[in-house]
Amino acid sequence: AENEPSWETPCTELHVYVSTPGCDGFPSLDSKESYKLSVSRGSMLLSAETIWGALRGLETFSQLVGRDENGTYYINETEIVDFPRFPHRGLLLDTSRHYLPLRAILETLDVMAYNKFNVFHWHIVDDPSFPYESSTFPELSKQGAFNAMTHVYTASDVRTVIEYARLRGIRVIAEFDTPGHTLSWGPGAPGLLTPCYMGKAPSGVYGPINPIVNSTYQFVTSLFQEVSTVFPDFFLHLGGDEVDFTCWKSNPEIRAFMMEVGFGEDYKKLESFYIQRLLNIVSSLGKGYIVWQEVFDNDVKLRPDTIIHVWKENTLQYLKEMANVTRAGYRALLSAPWYLNRISYGQDWIAAYEVEPLNFEGSPEQKALVIGGEACMWGEYVDVTNLTPRLW
Amino acid sequence: MGRAMGLAGLLLGLVVVPAVLVSTSLRHGAPRTEAEPSGWELATDTVPEDSLWPLPQQVLTYPRQLQLAPSRFQLVHGPGSSAGPGCGLLQDAFRRYYEYMFGHSWRRTRGPRPLAARAEPELLQLQVVIEAGDPGCDRHPQPTSSEAYYLTVTEPVAILKASEVWGALRGLETFSQLVHEDDYGSFLVNESEINDFPRFAHRGVLLDTSRHYLPLKSILTNLDAMAFNKFNVLHWHIVDDQSFPYQSMYFPELSDKGAYSSNLIYTPTDVRLVIEYARLRGIRVIPEFDTPGHTQSWGKGQKDLLTPCYNGRQPTGSFGPVNPVWNTTYDFMTKFFKEISSVFPDEFIHLGGDEVDFTCWKSNPEVKEFMKKQGFGNNYAKLESYYVQNILDIVSSYNKGQMVWQEVFDHKARLKPDTVVQVWMANNYAHELSSVTGAGFTAVLSAPWYLDYISYGQDWKKYYSVEPLNFPGSEKQKKLLIGGEACLWGEFVDATNLTPRLWPRASAVGERLWSSSNVTNLQDAYKRLTNHRCRMLSRGIAAEPVFVGYCAHEAR
Repeated sequence: AENEPSWETPCTELHVYVSTPGCDGFPSLDSKESYKLSVSRGSMLLSAETIWGALRGLETFSQLVGRDENGTYYINETEIVDFPRFPHRGLLLDTSRHYLPLRAILETLDVMAYNKFNVFHWHIVDDPSFPYESSTFPELSKQGAFNAMTHVYTASDVRTVIEYARLRGIRVIAEFDTPGHTLSWGPGAPGLLTPCYMGKAPSGVYGPINPIVNSTYQFVTSLFQEVSTVFPDFFLHLGGDEVDFTCWKSNPEIRAFMMEVGFGEDYKKLESFYIQRLLNIVSSLGKGYIVWQEVFDNDVKLRPDTIIHVWKENTLQYLKEMANVTRAGYRALLSAPWYLNRISYGQDWIAAYEVEPLNFEGSPEQKALVIGGEACMWGEYVDVTNLTPRLW
Repeated sequence: MGRAMGLAGLLLGLVVVPAVLVSTSLRHGAPRTEAEPSGWELATDTVPEDSLWPLPQQVLTYPRQLQLAPSRFQLVHGPGSSAGPGCGLLQDAFRRYYEYMFGHSWRRTRGPRPLAARAEPELLQLQVVIEAGDPGCDRHPQPTSSEAYYLTVTEPVAILKASEVWGALRGLETFSQLVHEDDYGSFLVNESEINDFPRFAHRGVLLDTSRHYLPLKSILTNLDAMAFNKFNVLHWHIVDDQSFPYQSMYFPELSDKGAYSSNLIYTPTDVRLVIEYARLRGIRVIPEFDTPGHTQSWGKGQKDLLTPCYNGRQPTGSFGPVNPVWNTTYDFMTKFFKEISSVFPDEFIHLGGDEVDFTCWKSNPEVKEFMKKQGFGNNYAKLESYYVQNILDIVSSYNKGQMVWQEVFDHKARLKPDTVVQVWMANNYAHELSSVTGAGFTAVLSAPWYLDYISYGQDWKKYYSVEPLNFPGSEKQKKLLIGGEACLWGEFVDATNLTPRLWPRASAVGERLWSSSNVTNLQDAYKRLTNHRCRMLSRGIAAEPVFVGYCAHEAR
């Protein structure tokens, strides 16, 4: 008939060509995700340096396939050369404010792959609950989870997440945030948190991790030894944000320590003291680390390969922070304008889309230190009932 | 309807987004000052009332507990009830509430009471006694239906008395909220005495199925959730500019040409199902066919209904509101509303009448001519009122009452004495309530309850804190405020996010409309609301979290 499209001979195969061998490894910050896609009469070729590029190319290919009103699948002749602008494109999920069942995490990984995200930042524990089942310290989840039988991630769950992510070219970066955001660690690790004082007597309330006792560093070493083995990515996120000094200030032993070491009243120095020791521990375990911006802001001595995670949002101050961080020579990750948990009415995707991460004053070398960013979905108001439509 | 989408909505969106970015206390998630008292700690000494939502008018609970055995406990018609096994509505409710109470329990096999049972006496039955001569089993709930009930829980049988079946439905919901499980999985209920009735008779939820089609399942699930919160009106904003999913018998082209696609429609069977499903839960279905504005989709299937817009002497090819000057318009509306009046059994039909843009009318030469003839001058509000009055007459002739949006009143159309005015504009709505009730009309409040306007944090508190009667007026005027509606406009809502967006935020509105005006304590409400939310989860409603924490039975 006259109006029928002229179909070419059907293409039966997409050839996928990967030049660097290796299917069994994990993706890393340095992984190459570039690919070329060539669709022409009688030939469809997807070529990539690595399997990670092949995954990205398969996603693109699947988006090109259309279906007409008769149900026929078709694809236009196409030439695509593609690679990511930023190597670290992440999503943060918070499984402490609300437990997220495994299927919610796996579903999120699927959708991340559809959107070419490649980092799952697992903010796994925090103040409200400790769902991570530790083999070294089983009491942490036994005492700290919302429900130790049902609201936990077993070692098997964690392995499942890591492998499911790997198969989609997604790195899993675990965050064990200290010394603040650790209330749930207390019940399962007596003596870890700082007892707050009301005058001369303990008030019964606890604060951040106690930085002045040796047991803290023994604990931290053992825990991170385990975490370093469980999570294969080179990087760990160590947190370091929002440390409330009030409790430390109230504790007489800590005040005495402050005098002893000459920190005076500057509790940022005490925070630094803790963080520095933590960073050394983690380095000696052969891991790199990412920290929230306070660690940089509070002048903690960092290794040059530390990645600073910029999150504070105050009328575009984050751009200044990006400039400062990169000027100091550190790599930076941007999250500040992408706090997706802060919902608002209307098409707010537009504001997120219009962010230009490199819109700050700096040299090209500085700008090259921005390795990417992360959309954050903090969990105060989010669980499996509303996670997916809120995120996507 | 709602707010004028388009420019106003875009401006609103643009204002709101930067406002969020400018917040001062930027913490990961909620600022620390938001910490709720033991927000995530499991309360060990929970009091029975900790789980009631909405809070009944009078609740007396006693420490003495009774046990319920799923295998033996029964919901039955009590002696002297005017309703019996022939009352399908109650039979259905008995089964439903049994399932809600014991559903996830595996110990439902028959058998005598085991020897090692708890010491508490066993509650064998809840007897439901309907007291009015005509229980209302086969009727549809109406504005004047009685929803009061009286519940006594004591051994060996609990008694639920209500004038009509509608009260029994409310009482069954409350009873199901009193039954709780102990640590060992035994079902318990405290001896109690509850005397309850709604503060406001009209407690509604508006759903918009034009901006996005909502599959039937979505609507039915929502009716379930409404029943859990004692809502009794579904305001079905069924068609609008964007799509016309209502399949009309007399005018099939309306949905043939006006629906998003041929599968995104509501057939007569679908509509009947919604109405019956609602009825069994004591929920009225008030359809809204909004005219003369918000009618773009009507023009696709009904030629010459909408006003052709002009540029000078030339029609531009685009259309405006319904054409108020042609007789054919009223012929169409007469026939159309005849169908609507017979399809929808409720006493009321919502006729819309909001946000009429006069630009197109002003451009049309015939309309301009008509304005001159009628002596309306340049006052197009008069033309709008002329149209609306005609529609009110048409609908009246079918013995239906009318609900309208506030503009119809504001533009001084001649309303029928029993027309209900829905107040939706947020700006100074208390003043509007005074005006409407001052003029002697019944009012329904929606202005502070536009739940489609999402924002970060626990916004349920602001919905909860509304006091509807906080407007200047006499006692008599205040009686004319018959209730309110939580509105979930559909611009950004479809089946993917409807339930978590609506619930439990709408629950706050539900309690405000049912419970006594002095039930305002936010801490107590927080406790009960979080429990209620967990219960909704266990009943299959994907209500979103109120704040940090967990439920024993998480969402599936």
